[in-house]
Amino acid sequence: MSSTTASPADLAPDDANDDAPNVGLAPTRRNEARTAWSFSAPGLLFLLVFLIIPFLLAIAFSFSNARLITPLPTRFTGVDNYVEVLTSGTFWRGLLNNTIFVLVVVPVQTFLALMLAILVNRKIPGRTIFRTIYFMPVVTVMAAAATIWVLLFNPDGLINAVMETITFGAFAPDWLNSTTWALPAVMIVSIWQGVGFQMIILLASLQDVPDTLYEAASIDGATPWQQFVNVTLPGIRNGLIFVVTVTTILAFRLFDQVYLMPQSPGGPLDATRTMMLEMVQTGFNEQAIGRGSAIAVVFFVIVLTITLVQRRFIREEGQV
Amino acid sequence: MSTTDPAPRTDPGAHATSDPAAADPANDDAGIGTSGTTLRLKPSDAWMYVVMVALAIFFLFPLVYMFVSSFKPDDVVLSSSGSLGALWPSPTVGLENYGDAIERASVVRVFLNSVLISTLIVGGGLVVNSLFGYALARLKFRGRNIMVAVMVALIIIPFEALAVPLLFMGAQANMLDTYAIQILPFIANPLYVYLFYTFFLNIPVELEEAARVDGAGPVRTFVSVIAPLAKPAYATMAILGFLFSWGQFLWPVMVTRGVAVRPLPLGIGTFQTTPPIQWGDIMAYAGLMTLPLLIIFLIFQRYFVQGVASSGVKG
Repeated sequence: MSSTTASPADLAPDDANDDAPNVGLAPTRRNEARTAWSFSAPGLLFLLVFLIIPFLLAIAFSFSNARLITPLPTRFTGVDNYVEVLTSGTFWRGLLNNTIFVLVVVPVQTFLALMLAILVNRKIPGRTIFRTIYFMPVVTVMAAAATIWVLLFNPDGLINAVMETITFGAFAPDWLNSTTWALPAVMIVSIWQGVGFQMIILLASLQDVPDTLYEAASIDGATPWQQFVNVTLPGIRNGLIFVVTVTTILAFRLFDQVYLMPQSPGGPLDATRTMMLEMVQTGFNEQAIGRGSAIAVVFFVIVLTITLVQRRFIREEGQV
Repeated sequence: MSTTDPAPRTDPGAHATSDPAAADPANDDAGIGTSGTTLRLKPSDAWMYVVMVALAIFFLFPLVYMFVSSFKPDDVVLSSSGSLGALWPSPTVGLENYGDAIERASVVRVFLNSVLISTLIVGGGLVVNSLFGYALARLKFRGRNIMVAVMVALIIIPFEALAVPLLFMGAQANMLDTYAIQILPFIANPLYVYLFYTFFLNIPVELEEAARVDGAGPVRTFVSVIAPLAKPAYATMAILGFLFSWGQFLWPVMVTRGVAVRPLPLGIGTFQTTPPIQWGDIMAYAGLMTLPLLIIFLIFQRYFVQGVASSGVKG
């Protein structure tokens, strides 16, 4: 690495240790293992300290009364935290909001992403420009996006101006201060910001479907719709499953928008409270690390379940 | 279904009369695939453009609104927001809002913080994750298969589930309010290790063998033969890593207090807590936050799209 001259002769002294044992097989193996461990070591160390240990800590804390700053010693409290979390109204309100969010956003966003992908996959002039435009919100920082939309959702803002025109003044809610419309407002922002990324993934899947399949289908007289159902959809199956899974997991991770958009995080009246917000407010604001960790573990179990269901989906279908 | 039809070629005509969209099924997709160089417009494309433009407006107008508002006086931003004037920069105060935003939110400082944090996360990650992925894909050592399996399992642990114990660890180590606490946890990432792993698996072994015959050691082989071949994987990780780290919000909120080490996205709070709300300044700040990524994206958009598409991400 340090030598900048490319000649193999110059390298020989540096790598004498690696080259010399080439006469026997066993030392080479041992050398290769040594190299492998030194290549892996930084990654292993980082993952151990910043992923595996915190994960085990989260599980351990969830059974304790740990606090960030406290004179009292931390002790084992059994499932107390879980009981407290699972009997708390705000936790269930958060889970309910997350679930509603998932049930609306996942289908809508997946459908929209597929539609966008199909549109920009057509070989027509200007498709790169459209693809770029559709992807632009993805590179917009959520903190900025949320702020822009707060202003757009203002009762006298641009969204309501359009709404009033379309509905002749019948529909112009105070979006972010309404317990009914605050969550839909958050959904709109999330879809706006996220759909471009799913579009790109589906676009890649679409381009992997062999042209010959479409040719065969059209020779057989399949209409565009039949081609879509019998060629396109099966061809992009894995891409679709991936998009649905990732969107679902991201939907459960919903935090930035509900923290930034309402006047107070999760408001009004918990209408936009989510599990992540509950976890941050418990573990961070209240500094109740034990209870916050219990929420994190519950959250992890939900994400794990979704992932396993997805895996099963792929395997079962793959065997057919 | 129709593939078994004994006389399929007579069918398209029948469809064509009943369904105008299907008038020329052979041309619709397959024809394009075989003659990709010629771009022909059909009547059905006209309404396709209408749909595409409508969608483009939906995705663009908030960004246009942001940039337009950032040039207006604070009170006009609100009062003109209910009309189409919201999308036209008049009256204007020039760059005054930008000046105010830069001053009020210490933009220079937080911007450099963001650059430093994101660069070190992505730079460190490119090295650490690719080396690990290469070892798992190519080098034989005990425990390798188990490590690959563990890596896949680790991917599904969401960072949010680790935030609280990590905060505790950071507090114990006296690392709150530092750059390190914002950088170190994000350098190694099982998703990127796996991305490099799958990429390196597909590189022909012969290239490494040739390098070895030429006398190159493992480090030399990796740096001069393997890494250059893996540019798409590096590009993908850089893109995803940068997108993620630049916009990070939850973690910095938890581990930082003052402006000294805070990244850009948190600065937006400066404006929302101190009344009167100056929307012009806020929009200027949002613009400043968005602009760098937007410019980078517009320059490299081809690689952005290809990188994301070519990664194992699509599943």
